[in-house]
Amino acid sequence: MIPSSIARKVAMALSGLFLVVFLGQHFTINLTSVFSRSVFNELSHFMGTNPLVQFILQPILIFGVVFHFVMGFVLELQNRAARNNKYSTYKGSANANWMSRNMILSGAVVLSFLGLHFYDFWLPEMNYKYIEVLPEDPNRYYEELVHKFVSPVRVGLYTLSFVFLALHLLHGFGSSFQSMGLNNKYTPAIKTFTKIYAIAIPVGFVFIALFHHLNAF
Amino acid sequence: MNLTLKIWRQANAQATGSMETYPIENVSPDMSFLEMMDVLNEQLIQQGIDPVAFDHDCREGICGMCSMFINGEAHGPDRLVTTCQLHMRKFKDGDTITIEPFRAKAFPVVKDLAVDRSAFDRVQHAGGFVSVNTSGNTQDANAIPIEKHDADRAFDAATCIGCGACVATCKNASAMLFVSAKVSQYALLPQGKVEATDRVLNMVKQMDEEGFGNCTNTGACEVECPKGISLENIARMNREYLSASLKV
Amino acid sequence: MATLDSKIPKGPLSDKWTNHKSRINLVSPANKRLIDVIVVGTGLAGASASATLAELGYNVKTFCFQDSPRRAHSIAAQGGINAAKNYQGDGDSTYRLFYDTIKGGDYRSREANVHRLAEVSANIIDQCVAQGVPFARDYGGLLDNRSFGGVLVSRTFYAKGQTGQQLLLGAYSAMNRQIGRGKIKMYNRHEMMDLVVVDGKARGIIARNLVTGELERHGAHAVVIASGGYGNVFFLSTNAMGSNVSAAWKIHKKGAHFANPCFTQIHPTCIPVSGDHQSKLTLMSESLRNDGRIWVPKKLEDAQAIREGKLKPTDLAEEDRDYYLERRYPAFGNLVPRDVASRAAKERCDAGFGVNKTGEAVYLDFASAIIRYGKEQAHVKGLDENDMQLVKKLGQDVVRSKYGNLFQMYEKIVDQNPYETPMMIYPAVHYTMGGVWVDYNLMTAIPGCYAIGEANFSDHGANRLGASALMQGLADGYFVLPYTIGDYLSDDIRTGSINTDTPEFEAAEKDVQKQLEAFINNKGTHSVDYYHKKLGKIMWNKCGMSRNGKELKEAMKEIKELREDFYKNVNVPGGLHEFNEQLAKAGRVADFLELGELFAKDALERTESCGGHFREESQTPEGEALRDDENFTFVSAWEYQGEPAKAKLHKEALNYEEIEVKTRSYK
Repeated sequence: MIPSSIARKVAMALSGLFLVVFLGQHFTINLTSVFSRSVFNELSHFMGTNPLVQFILQPILIFGVVFHFVMGFVLELQNRAARNNKYSTYKGSANANWMSRNMILSGAVVLSFLGLHFYDFWLPEMNYKYIEVLPEDPNRYYEELVHKFVSPVRVGLYTLSFVFLALHLLHGFGSSFQSMGLNNKYTPAIKTFTKIYAIAIPVGFVFIALFHHLNAF
Repeated sequence: MNLTLKIWRQANAQATGSMETYPIENVSPDMSFLEMMDVLNEQLIQQGIDPVAFDHDCREGICGMCSMFINGEAHGPDRLVTTCQLHMRKFKDGDTITIEPFRAKAFPVVKDLAVDRSAFDRVQHAGGFVSVNTSGNTQDANAIPIEKHDADRAFDAATCIGCGACVATCKNASAMLFVSAKVSQYALLPQGKVEATDRVLNMVKQMDEEGFGNCTNTGACEVECPKGISLENIARMNREYLSASLKV
Repeated sequence: MATLDSKIPKGPLSDKWTNHKSRINLVSPANKRLIDVIVVGTGLAGASASATLAELGYNVKTFCFQDSPRRAHSIAAQGGINAAKNYQGDGDSTYRLFYDTIKGGDYRSREANVHRLAEVSANIIDQCVAQGVPFARDYGGLLDNRSFGGVLVSRTFYAKGQTGQQLLLGAYSAMNRQIGRGKIKMYNRHEMMDLVVVDGKARGIIARNLVTGELERHGAHAVVIASGGYGNVFFLSTNAMGSNVSAAWKIHKKGAHFANPCFTQIHPTCIPVSGDHQSKLTLMSESLRNDGRIWVPKKLEDAQAIREGKLKPTDLAEEDRDYYLERRYPAFGNLVPRDVASRAAKERCDAGFGVNKTGEAVYLDFASAIIRYGKEQAHVKGLDENDMQLVKKLGQDVVRSKYGNLFQMYEKIVDQNPYETPMMIYPAVHYTMGGVWVDYNLMTAIPGCYAIGEANFSDHGANRLGASALMQGLADGYFVLPYTIGDYLSDDIRTGSINTDTPEFEAAEKDVQKQLEAFINNKGTHSVDYYHKKLGKIMWNKCGMSRNGKELKEAMKEIKELREDFYKNVNVPGGLHEFNEQLAKAGRVADFLELGELFAKDALERTESCGGHFREESQTPEGEALRDDENFTFVSAWEYQGEPAKAKLHKEALNYEEIEVKTRSYK
C-alpha cells in the first residue's frame, strides 16, 4: 500500500494522532451531556446537520478510521511474516510492556466496539437523516443518548472497550511522536502528557456512561 | 551446577530443526555462557554426537559474532552484555535453559545456533559510508571542528557491534535500531551530511528489501542491545527519512 | 631460491619513502582493471588494503572466516592509535615517533620501515576523520589526545575504550562502498587453505567455504596476507577464538620466510585465569596502570591465607604489602613497559605470592588513587577533606569517569566490585611482533605474495609500544601496500586473468582435500581442543615470559611429539561438506603445532634477552634483561625445509643510520 516501512509507520502515526484529536472532541461534546441537556443537544444538532462536518469532516474521519485499522492489520501480517520460524520461548515481558506488544489485540477490541457504536448511534443516525429522511428534531439527541445507557450489558461492554482503548492509547499516542521523528529532551514530558490523556479520556467516557446509567433509575 | 539445556538443532539451512535436550554437570558459576557451551561440545564429541554449532569469536563483547537467544531473550537475562560476557552465575543449579538461534526471516539459520546476518552487510553496502577516497590527500583532521555534543552522540551511535540482538528481540524482527545507528552516526557528523539524503533512502530501501519487519516502537531492542544504543537514533532516522523523502 | 634482499631504497632516511614512491613502476588506470588481487583477512590492514586497492581500480577478492568483515579482531583494540600530529604542541614530530618506536622495540626493527610508518601516521588520522570515525574531541570541537605507554608526548588518538572498533568500522565502510560498486567481491565465512604458486609467483589460493565445506580455486595476480598474529599458539591469549596462523604458515611452507617467531608481547594487565574451562583471556587497558598500584603480600603465609579465602586483601596492613614494581623500579614504578611489568608479576607468583585460587594473579589497587582524587575533589568543592566516607565517594566518582567501562567489564567477569576490593590481574599473550618476513615493499620471499599488518614481522622489533598496532595496520593497508604492489603488478598487465584449471591449482587443491579427509577419517580419541590446550601449556610454561635453553629444547621435543600424537589420535566429528567448526579448527591447530616448534627453535637460537624475549641465561646481576647487540642485531628469517626443526636461518642485519643503539633502563 505504501512502499517504505518508515512511510507506513509515519502514516500510522498521523492517522492515529488524527483519531486522538477526534476522540478529544467527541469526549468534549459528550461531557456536556452531564452538565446541560440543552448544550449537548445544541452541539449534537450542529455536528449532525452542518454540511462541512457531515460531508467533509465525516468522510475524512471515516477514511482515517478505516486507514488506521487496515494499515494496522497489514503491518501485523508483514511483521509476523518477518519471523517465519517462531521462537519456542519468547520472553516479551522482559523488555517491552504489554501495551506495546499487543496493539493489534487492543486495536481489535476497539474496532469491535466501533462496530457496536456504529450500530448503536451512527447507523440509526444515517437511517434517520438520509434514508428515511425524518424531520430534524434539535432536541432528540439527549434522549437517544440516555436511552442507550439503560442496559447494564451495554454499559459493561462500553466500559471494557474503553479499558482497551486506554491500553491502546497508552502506547500508541506517545509512540506516534517517536514515529514522526520526535525524540529529544521534551520527550519525557510529552510521554507523561500522552499517558495522562490515554487514561483520562477513556475514564471520562466511562464516567459519562455510568453517570447516565445510574441516573436512569 | 547441574543444568538441563534445550538447544535448537538444525543440520543446515534447508533442514527442519528441533529442540534437543542435553543434561550438563559440574558447570562452574565463573564460566562464561560460551565456555559452558565448550564443555557441552567436548562432552557431545566424547559421546559421538555432533557438537552444537554456534558463532563466537572475540569473547570479550565487541565483535558481535555471538548470537544466542537464551530463555526467551537475546544474549540471555543479563543487561548490556553479549552472550560471551554472560556468566553462569546468572543461573541457578537445576535450571533448564532454552537456547535458540536469533530468529528472523532475514537471518536464515546456517546450522544450529549460527545464523546468516549478511543482510546487515548489504544494508551497509547501500550507503553505510562516506564517499571519500583513501588517497591520503584528505584535509587535515582538525580542519572541521565538530561540536562535542554531536561528536559524542555520533560515537554513541557508532558503538553498535552489529550483533543483531535488536532484530532477534523485536517481536516484528525489525532492524530499525541497527540501521538507525548507522544512519545517525553519519547524519551527526559534517563529513556524512553531504550524502545524508541518498544514504538514508538507500539504506532504508535495502532494509525493507531484506525482509525485516516494521518498527512499532516497543523499545525492546533498546533494552536488549548489548551496547545500549538509544531509541533516539530511530527517531533521528525517521526524521532524516522524512526530510530526504521531501527533497527527492 | 629466495634470497633476503630487504630492498631498502638508497638515500637519506627521511627521503627514502618519498623518493621510492616517485620512482617505482605504476600500473595505468586502464590496466588496473585487468588485474586481480586477493586479500586474506579483513582486520585494519586487510580491510584498508582491500578498499584502497579497489579504489585504485584493481579487482579485489577479499576473504574472511568470520560472518562479516567487521568482526575481525582489530575490533577489540581498546586504547588508541598513535600519530605524529603534534596537535598538543608538546614537541612531537615524525622523528620522535620514529625514535620512540625503534627504542620501544629494543632496537630489533628495520629503521627504514619504522620511519615510513611515522611519516604516514598523520595521514591516517586525516583519512579516518574524513571517513566519519568518531574520535574523542574536546569542547572546542578539536581532536583530543592522551598519553600512552610511557612516552613523553600526547600523540594517541582514541575513541573511548573502543578505538579498534571505530577504526575498523571506518575501513569496513570504505570497503562497503567498493563492494557496493562491485570492485570488491567479498567472501565471508571462507578460509584460505593454501597458496598456489605458479612459475615461482603467487597466483591464487585454495579457499574453503566454511558453510558448505566446498573447496574453491581463486586466481589472482597477487595475494595479500593480512591474517593477523599467532598469539593463539598459547591457547589462552587475548586474541579472538578464531585468530590463527594458518594463512601465514601456509605461505611459509610455500617459500615465505617466517621472521622472529619468538617475539611475543605478553600484556601485564589481563583478567586472570579462573579455571580449566577458560577459553580466552580479557585485556584491561594499559591505562589502568596510571592510577592503579600493583602489589602482592609481603609474607608467604598471608598470600596462602588469601588464596584459601581466609584473608581479605583490604585487611592487609600497608607494611605487609609488597609494591614490587615501585620497589624494583623506583623511577618508573607502576609505569614500566609491558614486558618488564609482566616478568615482574610472574616472578612474584612463581615465588609463591600469587593471590587468587590458582596462585597466578597480583593486585592492581585503586584505593590510594580513590583517596587522592577524593581529597582533591573535596578541596575543590570546599568540603571536609577528613570525612573519609565523603572522600571515598568523590574519589570513586572520578575513577568511574575515567575507567567506568573497564571496571564494569571486570565486575561482569570476576563478580567482584573493583571500587571496594583491589582488582586481580595477570599477564597474558596479546600480540606477536614476529611474523612473515617482508621486504620494504611488504612483499614476502615469494614474488607476488605480500604480508601486511600483524601478519608480517612488522615494525615493532622485539616489543611493541601501546597504540602502535592500529597505526601499523592502517599504514600498511591504506598508504604503503597499494603503492608498492603496483611496482610488481606493472609486469603483469599483459598476463590476462589467471587460469585456475592448471596442474598447480589441481595439486594444491588435492593436498588440501587429502588433509581434510585424513582429519575426518582419523576417528581418534581426543578432541582438537585437547591438543590445542596441551600445546598452549607447553608454550606458556617453556616459551612464555622467561625462557631458557634447557626448557626450549624440551619444548621443541614435546611439541613434535604432541604433533605426531595429534595426527594419530585426533577426533574430528562431522563431515567434509557441512558447516564443521571442529574441522576448521583442526586445520588451524595443525599449523599451530608446527609454528610452536619453530617458535621454540627461534627462541633457543636467540640467546640474548630483548624486548618481550627474556632468556634467563642473559640477564644483569639485578635480574634485568641483557641485550647482546654484537651478536644479535639482526632479524631471524626462517626458511621452511620440510619440518619446523629443520628450518634454515637467514639473517637480515639491522643497520641503524640515524639512531644510536642504547640500553633500556627503568631503574
